[in-house]
Amino acid sequence: MKSCLIVDDSRVIRKVARQIFEAIGYSCTEAENGQTALDLCKTALPDFVLLDWNMPVMNGLDFLHGFRKLPGGDVPNVVFCTTENDLEHIQEALGAGANEYIMKPFDADIIRGKLEQLGLLES
Amino acid sequence: MKPEDFELFSTLVKQRSGLILTPEKAYLLESRLFPVARKHNLKSLEDMAQAVRARREEPLLLDITEAMTTNESFFFRDQKPFVLFQQKLLLYLLSARKEKKHIRIWSAAASSGQEAYSLAMICLEEAAKFQGWKIEIVGTDLSREMVARARAGIYSQFEVQRGLPVTHLVKYFQQIAGDKWQIKENLRQMVQFREGNLLTNVGVEGVFDIVFCRNVLIYFDGPTKTRILDTISQMMYKDSFLILGGAETVLGISDKFKVVPGAHGLYIGQDSTYEL
Repeated sequence: MKSCLIVDDSRVIRKVARQIFEAIGYSCTEAENGQTALDLCKTALPDFVLLDWNMPVMNGLDFLHGFRKLPGGDVPNVVFCTTENDLEHIQEALGAGANEYIMKPFDADIIRGKLEQLGLLES
Repeated sequence: MKPEDFELFSTLVKQRSGLILTPEKAYLLESRLFPVARKHNLKSLEDMAQAVRARREEPLLLDITEAMTTNESFFFRDQKPFVLFQQKLLLYLLSARKEKKHIRIWSAAASSGQEAYSLAMICLEEAAKFQGWKIEIVGTDLSREMVARARAGIYSQFEVQRGLPVTHLVKYFQQIAGDKWQIKENLRQMVQFREGNLLTNVGVEGVFDIVFCRNVLIYFDGPTKTRILDTISQMMYKDSFLILGGAETVLGISDKFKVVPGAHGLYIGQDSTYEL
C-alpha cells in the first residue's frame, strides 16, 4: 500500500484529506507542522506528501527544502495544498521542487485529477 | 411541476436543441429554469409555462433552451483523447498534410472553451514541429452565453484546477483577480468561438482534419445521432479523425465511420486506411 503524509495545521483539513486518500487506497500519516513532518520523514519516507504552506514552527516551503535534501527525498511527489493562491507562491513552490499545487478550497475531484496527471491514479 | 408544463418545456427544448428530457430529469429542469423565470419576472414555472404558451417570445425561449443544455467541462477532460491527439493524430497530420501545412480542428459543443484551449495548449507544446504551419482551432456551442465565456477565457480557481497541470496554469494563464484566471492573449488568439447548432446551423464552414464531438450524442435519440454524424462526416476529409466521448459510439448509428482498433473513442471515415 502506498503511503501519504498529510501535513496541515488544521485537524479538519487533515481529516478531509485522509478520507480522500484512504478512499483511493493510500495509508495515511498526519503531521501538524513542517518540523514534525520532517522528523517523521527521517524515519521513513512516504510515497506522497500533501503539504500546507502556512503552519506554526516550520512552514511548508521550509519543510520542502529540507525534505528534498533527505536521502531519497528527491523521489516522492510533493503537492502543495494551501490558501496561498497567487502566481508568485506557485512559482516559488515549483522552484523548490513541488510536483503540483492545489489552491484551497479543494475537493476529491481536484485531488484525484492531480494524482492522475502525476500518473499515480488511472483516469 | 405539472405534467403538461413539463411536456411543454421538454418539447420546446427538444425542438430547439434536440436534447431529450425524460420525466426523471424534471428536478434538473426545475433547478435550472427557476433562474430563467426570475430573470423574466415570472413568479413560478407555471407562470413561465403560461408565458410560453401565450406569447412565444424569442428571448424567453432562447433562455430556456440555453439553461437546459448541459455545460459541464474541464481542461484535458478524460486525458486519453488528448494524449492520442498529441502523440498520434498530430504526428499523422504532420506527414499527411505536409504539402499544404494547414490543419483545422473543430471542437463541436465547445461549452465554456476548455477542450478547445486544451488542444491549443498541446499545439503550442508541439509548435517546434509545426513551424510555418497554420493550425486553426474552432469551437462552437449552442449557447450564446457559453460562446461569450469561452471567448473571454476567464475561469474560476476551481475550474483551473480540474484537469489542468499547474505548470500549464503558470504558462498559459494570467491571474486577473484573486480567484480568477484568464487564458493568455497568445493562446486566445489561436482559438475562435462561434455560435452553432449541430441540428440546424453548425456555425462553421469548410472541412476539418480533426473533430472533437464528445459527450454530445449521449443526449440525443437514435435518428438525431445519425443526423449529427452525417453532418459531421460531410465536413471531414477521407482521412480526418472524429473523437467521441467515452460512453458514445458510431456502431449501429452511422455507416459513415468506423472504429480504430486500440484507440477508444477514435473514429475514422469508412475509406480511411489509418491505423494506430
